[in-house]
Amino acid sequence: MLEAVARTRDALMGAGGVEEALRGLRAERGQESASKMSVIGLDLHYGSFHVLKDVSLDFPERQVTALIGPSGCGKSTLLKTLDRMNDLVPDCRVEGLVTLDGQNAYEDIPVNSLRRRVGMVFQQPNPFPMSIYDNVAFGPRTHGVQDRAQLDGIVEQSLRDAAMWDEVKDRLRKSALGLSGGQQQRLCIARALAVKPEVLLLDESTSALDPISTAKIEELVGELKRSYTVIMVTHNMLQALRVSDKTAFFLLGEMVEAGPTEDIFTEPVDPRTADYVAGRFG
Amino acid sequence: MKEGLARVLFGAAALISTLAVALICLFLFANGIPAMAQIGLPDFLFGTTWKPSADIYGIFPMIVGSIYVTAGAIIIGVPTGLLTAIFLSRFAGGRISSLLRSGVELLAGIPSVVYGFFGLMLVVPLIRELAPGRGLSLLAAAIILGIMVLPTIITVAKNALDAVPKAYYEGALALGATHERSVFRVVVPAAISGIMAAIVLGVGRAIGETMAVVMVAGNQAVIPTSIFEGVRTMTANIVLEMGYAADLHRGALIATGVVLFVFVLLICALFNAIKNRGERS
Ligand SMILES: Nc1ncnc2c1ncn2[C@@H]1O[C@H](COP(=O)(O)OP(=O)(O)O)[C@@H](O)[C@H]1O
Ligand SMILES: [Mg+2]
Repeated sequence: MLEAVARTRDALMGAGGVEEALRGLRAERGQESASKMSVIGLDLHYGSFHVLKDVSLDFPERQVTALIGPSGCGKSTLLKTLDRMNDLVPDCRVEGLVTLDGQNAYEDIPVNSLRRRVGMVFQQPNPFPMSIYDNVAFGPRTHGVQDRAQLDGIVEQSLRDAAMWDEVKDRLRKSALGLSGGQQQRLCIARALAVKPEVLLLDESTSALDPISTAKIEELVGELKRSYTVIMVTHNMLQALRVSDKTAFFLLGEMVEAGPTEDIFTEPVDPRTADYVAGRFG
Repeated sequence: MKEGLARVLFGAAALISTLAVALICLFLFANGIPAMAQIGLPDFLFGTTWKPSADIYGIFPMIVGSIYVTAGAIIIGVPTGLLTAIFLSRFAGGRISSLLRSGVELLAGIPSVVYGFFGLMLVVPLIRELAPGRGLSLLAAAIILGIMVLPTIITVAKNALDAVPKAYYEGALALGATHERSVFRVVVPAAISGIMAAIVLGVGRAIGETMAVVMVAGNQAVIPTSIFEGVRTMTANIVLEMGYAADLHRGALIATGVVLFVFVLLICALFNAIKNRGERS
């Protein structure tokens, strides 16, 4: 694995470029399934604090990848690296490669278009203090949709996709702040879907919610992966097991192990993974 | 024991300020209401002639004058102040921001007579050059007041903008919005009740200002028909004539103060209503 990364880096230094490096990395792992996003040899510092250490990970297209690990191990930081929200942290330094569809996410793609293609749902629901309709329409309007009928259509479809159309269709003009926590979070998902992203990042998006809302969102994620690539951080092992196809385990900024979710939970290779998974279960 | 003493001290302080307000009210109403009654409330409020020598006391031109001047100050001061607040809160880097902030604080500390002087030396001659009339005008007063309300508007609006949760801004960015769009379409609307409060406080500041206005407004007790004509506000009316007024004339001036007081009360009520609505949402 590490050798593969080293070789990838060499390839990058050479003439081959990103595509070839990726192909090399995948061939090395005997894994040809299309990966929507990848990080390769990612090192991230907040000031002098080394938060992510040489992380390499593929996020397969139209699958759910779960990131697990104890608090503070860098899961949120990794997510924020994928849509460049880390740009807001003044002394944050990112080294290594992040790709979207084989393009360098930090150099080949303008940041606003990267963030449109890679949507993010935060841990705490953060609907804007405006109407439900305007929340969902914010993204499309930002990206130039003005036509009223078209906006209506996008808003309805996004709310349907987030499984909340029936709950809110009669109160679209009411403030989003009047919704319950679970509804607010699903509204935030609808808002993210309305810009038609390709990748959806969920950062412990159910941790602030009650079990029923959580179940609804889990079900939703299962639906979403038909059309989106989903990457979710979760503290809930059962949730990872229920909804994800691939799981990556992090510890102190290192990616310890990644693989099909079943394998990670039933026959982890690394003893640290085994301990964590076992500890969290019982 | 110690605590008991502190309680007495704080209680006394609170009592003094409450007492001061009560005394001012008492004085204003005790002296103003009889005068209003003697003149007749409709004649006093809506009479368009102010001629103390003939015992005619209609303050309608002054009410209109105060409203015009305040409106002018708001038209000039609000856009400038809000854009400055937005700039300070969301665009300026550390050095520029702290430089500008101390500038704004300085602006707040300049005595109003200095503003009046500035208006007289610079704004009035400029208007005289460019427009008909003597320069002492509604426009001059509006410009000077527009500058004077800036510190209030900037400070209050900036505090409101600074208090907008980071999650709103980040949420907008995460949807692919630019910094500008996130600020103007999400952060500013989220701060709207604080921004309204800033405007209302600016109105309160403008309507009560006296010295600077007296110096540049021309002070004719007539409803102006253009912004280049002179105008007299309620505050100017009081300060210009109080020195020599006696009897009913004096009562009419104090009654002008009563009307001004009612205006300020309305503004306070509006401010509180906005604040309460903001806190509830
Ligand atoms: N903006 C920041 N500045 C400095 N350190 C940070 C910042 N954000 C997170 N960290 C630190 O980076 C580490 C990883 O944080 P995070 O990615 O949020 O962990 P996780 O999501 O896995 O709980 C933590 O030790 C945290 O304290
Ligand atoms: Mg986290």
